[in-house]
Amino acid sequence: MKEAVGSLVKDGDTVVIEGFTHLICFAAGHEIIRQGRKNLTLARLTPDLIYDQLIAAGCAKKLVFSWAGNPGVGSLHAFRRAVESKPPKLELEEYSHFGMVARLAAGSANLPFWPLRNYDGTDIPKANARIKQVDCPFTGEKLAAVPALRPDVTIVHAQRADKNGNTQIWGLMGVQKEAAFASKKVIVVVEEIVDESVIRSDPNRTLIPGLQVDSVVLEPWGAHPSYAQGYYDRDNDFYVAWDKIAREEAGLKKYLDENVFGVKDRAGYMQKNPGLAERLKAKDLICAGVNYGY
Amino acid sequence: MPQVLAAEYTLNELMCVLAAREIKDGDVVFVGIGLPNLACNLARSTHAPNMTLIYESGAVGAIPERVPPSIGDPALVTGSLMVCSMQDVFQCFLQNGKIQVGFLGGAQVDKFGNINTTVVGSYENPKVRLPGSGGASEIAQHAQRLLIVTKLDKRAFPEKVDFITSVGKRVKKVITNMGILEPDKSGELCLTALYPGVTKEQVQDNLGWKLRIREPLAAVDLPHDNEIKLLREKLDPKRLHIK
Repeated sequence: MKEAVGSLVKDGDTVVIEGFTHLICFAAGHEIIRQGRKNLTLARLTPDLIYDQLIAAGCAKKLVFSWAGNPGVGSLHAFRRAVESKPPKLELEEYSHFGMVARLAAGSANLPFWPLRNYDGTDIPKANARIKQVDCPFTGEKLAAVPALRPDVTIVHAQRADKNGNTQIWGLMGVQKEAAFASKKVIVVVEEIVDESVIRSDPNRTLIPGLQVDSVVLEPWGAHPSYAQGYYDRDNDFYVAWDKIAREEAGLKKYLDENVFGVKDRAGYMQKNPGLAERLKAKDLICAGVNYGY
Repeated sequence: MPQVLAAEYTLNELMCVLAAREIKDGDVVFVGIGLPNLACNLARSTHAPNMTLIYESGAVGAIPERVPPSIGDPALVTGSLMVCSMQDVFQCFLQNGKIQVGFLGGAQVDKFGNINTTVVGSYENPKVRLPGSGGASEIAQHAQRLLIVTKLDKRAFPEKVDFITSVGKRVKKVITNMGILEPDKSGELCLTALYPGVTKEQVQDNLGWKLRIREPLAAVDLPHDNEIKLLREKLDPKRLHIK
């Protein structure tokens, strides 16, 4: 992780750590904080706790997003402090979920923009001049248009990959595929490295091919407190606890000092948080599989 | 089956039951967490066994075994009919017109059902920064019937919201803790039903505009025993949402 982030994430980059609730790579976010990256443009649909931590650690110049809250709990306090301070300490570029999905779809398809039926009558385009309107060349219908998002680097967490980065994901897929294909560089972080034959035995499960991947990192539990279906559950208690931790700047700083700066890597983080594995390890629920014969 | 009225119920249970009854069997429902999620599961367990729950996270036909604390909960995946990418959720399902019912909530709802989940105050220098749209603005554009389940409060129901995140043109009902609001022909929300023991004046006191009332007010079909039992014993045994 140290080498992957060190060589592929640069100051000033547009960085996407994707994953919709599922497979959010906290381990990579923590490594970016430890390496002291600055002036990043952080993009993802739901900034979640990991971007709250990156904002608090001073890594972010700008946030590109569609929903900035603590899911099911409330506010992201570092984000709110930055945005509500006078003057604001964080630039915002704001869309809706569909708008962000469409931006990554455009990026992954090498198109300059993506049309969508949205935003009519809302104030969202007034708050973001990059949301524009186009006329359909066939029907004349007015459509909203959002610009392609081409991140410098995208970090995707996944259940497993082979050493060449052929990456398999199951459960919620979010925009992992679109983000990876839209990005100039891709880091895949996995719970398990498997042999190529395992990937080849179930090719429909591959979401991102190795040819799109620059670096593969083995990091078990790298998504905690997010989750990995079939490996460990979401740590909902931690998401609730975060509300109190982050409410005051001092509490958040103490958390970062202990759990990010105070450890060398994810293994250290796991040692610092004993009992996680017992509490959150997934129970088995194996599907039957399919016949690929011909 | 004879419907026995519940001896007692909480306000959240009443709101949940009334929301559930808005769902028709066979509806495809775009659902969030909290009370709407519970209302959907109640509808599925009672009069709408053939409804389909879709979550913006990509779970289609979900049958969650636990009350999901987030819309991306792993229990939504286990046993669902389909798990798709978010591009599929927003394009193939929502924009393609496959969703009958959408549930939305918000910090502010105005006279015309417009919803604000973005900022209190100005956008550039907000007093309170809220999470933003998420999928709400597109749900409001594309779901055929929008339902809002929320408590009345003068600050939450201003005449005009500070920021329109989601347009109110498809709002069908606002199910509150005091009664039901529905749009008239012009789209203005009017009082159409009052709960027992609540007065029109109380509703007016908790709204930021001069409320119009559609007479005669409709009678509210109060929760039945089987609905309350299901909520308490099966659907929300820890009372996360119905307390």
